[in-house]
Amino acid sequence: MSIKQISVFLENKPSTLKAMTGVLAAHHIDMRALSLAETKDFGIARIIVDDVYDAVNVLKEADFVANLTSVLAIKVPDEPGGLDRLLQVFADCNLNIEYMYAFIGGKDEKHAYMIFRVRDHRAAEQKLVSRGLKILSQEDMQEI
Amino acid sequence: MERYFQPEIECASPEKIRQIQSEKLVKQVRHVWDNVPYYRKLMEEKGVTPDDIQSRDDLYKLPFLSKADLREAYPYGLVGMPLKDCVRIQSTSGTTGKRVVAFYTQHDIDLWEECCARAITAAGGTDEDVCQVSYGYGLFTGGPGLNGGSHKVGCLTVPTSSGNTDRQIMFIMDLQTTILCCTPSYAAYLGERMKEMGYGPDDIPLKAGIFGAEAWSEEMRHDIEKTLGIKAYDIYGLTELSGPGVSFECSAQQGMHVNEDHFIAEIIDPETGEVLPDGEQGELVFTSLDKEAFPLLRYRTRDVCRLTREKCSCGRTHVRMEKPKGRTDDMLIIRGVNVFPSQIETVLINAGYAANYQIIVDRVNNTDTLDVQVEMTPEMFTDNLGEIADRQKELVDGLRAMLGLKAKVTLVAPKTIARSEGKAVRVIDKRKI
Repeated sequence: MSIKQISVFLENKPSTLKAMTGVLAAHHIDMRALSLAETKDFGIARIIVDDVYDAVNVLKEADFVANLTSVLAIKVPDEPGGLDRLLQVFADCNLNIEYMYAFIGGKDEKHAYMIFRVRDHRAAEQKLVSRGLKILSQEDMQEI
Repeated sequence: MERYFQPEIECASPEKIRQIQSEKLVKQVRHVWDNVPYYRKLMEEKGVTPDDIQSRDDLYKLPFLSKADLREAYPYGLVGMPLKDCVRIQSTSGTTGKRVVAFYTQHDIDLWEECCARAITAAGGTDEDVCQVSYGYGLFTGGPGLNGGSHKVGCLTVPTSSGNTDRQIMFIMDLQTTILCCTPSYAAYLGERMKEMGYGPDDIPLKAGIFGAEAWSEEMRHDIEKTLGIKAYDIYGLTELSGPGVSFECSAQQGMHVNEDHFIAEIIDPETGEVLPDGEQGELVFTSLDKEAFPLLRYRTRDVCRLTREKCSCGRTHVRMEKPKGRTDDMLIIRGVNVFPSQIETVLINAGYAANYQIIVDRVNNTDTLDVQVEMTPEMFTDNLGEIADRQKELVDGLRAMLGLKAKVTLVAPKTIARSEGKAVRVIDKRKI
């Protein structure tokens, strides 16, 4: 099961990120993870939140351009070599990762969580699951 | 079925129109010679007297008037009637320098409103229509001109003037407005706002729009037509000549018919002043044939376009002018290349962006820079930086193909480019030359 990430267009200038977090704060939206990608004049904030649809609506109402992207969330042991073993599976499946980011801080202190963006998330998921990986669902994320 | 406000004039034979023009011109030149010392002096300098002007064919002998003359003669130097006979002034926004103040007798206002009535009728307007005039009222000619035209047609006129967008929409929906008159950028903004409020083209009672006072592209027309579910008609005019209604579009939407019984249109080479044949591109020059209070002869508009006398399917016989590419003062010269904002707009809309953009010209290390700022839209956004960068590059390539210039494209957040309620501010030129 893939989960939904919110991608938000931000101009690369002071206080635009603050404007976005301000909207989320005003609506009591809890962020699980945040990653920023930037170019010289604009950036994209990629966020994982507890209530995806509510968050997209409040951002759109505040005139942000935001959309939903399916990404794969995978739990990985927080120890040396943990990510390496996981990426070996991606390599074995010949899967290209467009971008990825990580977060820790769930109830389970022994694990970290990786978010992967791949071109075809359904096909990727099938391959990864067939090699024994568990892909987290939206419900799993709520439990973290 | 095409409707005409004054079919006997609008569909008169070309010979008849030339005859009207010749008769009126001879009289008008005499009127100016007798009453406007400023122009009489220009004629004397050129060695021309009213006796040299026997028909329309002699028009080329007359000197030009330019915006600089209007500035020099400000405020009363070009007025052709005693002030006791003048009943109104209108004025330009003065964005490109000193304001132009134009004068009207009651006769001038009647003719002007008739021209606007022709435009409304050509857009399908009748006394059954509800016509909302969302051009500014006051000094700006847009509101008063279309307001008067709407009265002459007998439409129920809704004089909202510009601004207060939500109230405009309330009137459109509550009064079931069928004809909207405003600037094209404001029409686009109203469309955007109505879409946000959940009104689709089928919910909107409008059937036609009459949009002018700024340059707009065919692509922008299609966008507005789709969003509002209307047919969008262009209208052209200048305060100097009366206001909107100097020319207007018919159902064929193939150029605007000049009201030739009131104005003679010429195309000249802007460098030499030589009159160019129909079909050639050049600067548009107008002679007002029967305005009493502000009788401008051979006024250089700085608008660049072509004229055509090909038969029009609407049945009107008056010469058509194409949509001006822009005023020569809207035209930017960037690294020696002539650039019109409307060309940039065409590229943006073809690439799927909205018509909300701003052009910033600057000079860095003695080289002109062109930065086109475009608002990001939900349709163009993805989570992938590379794809966005590719689309940005496509725009840069498109602009290079259209303009022959390398431009920078900056994507900005939605609603950060100010929406205008009157004329849109498209260009910010920071060069200090």
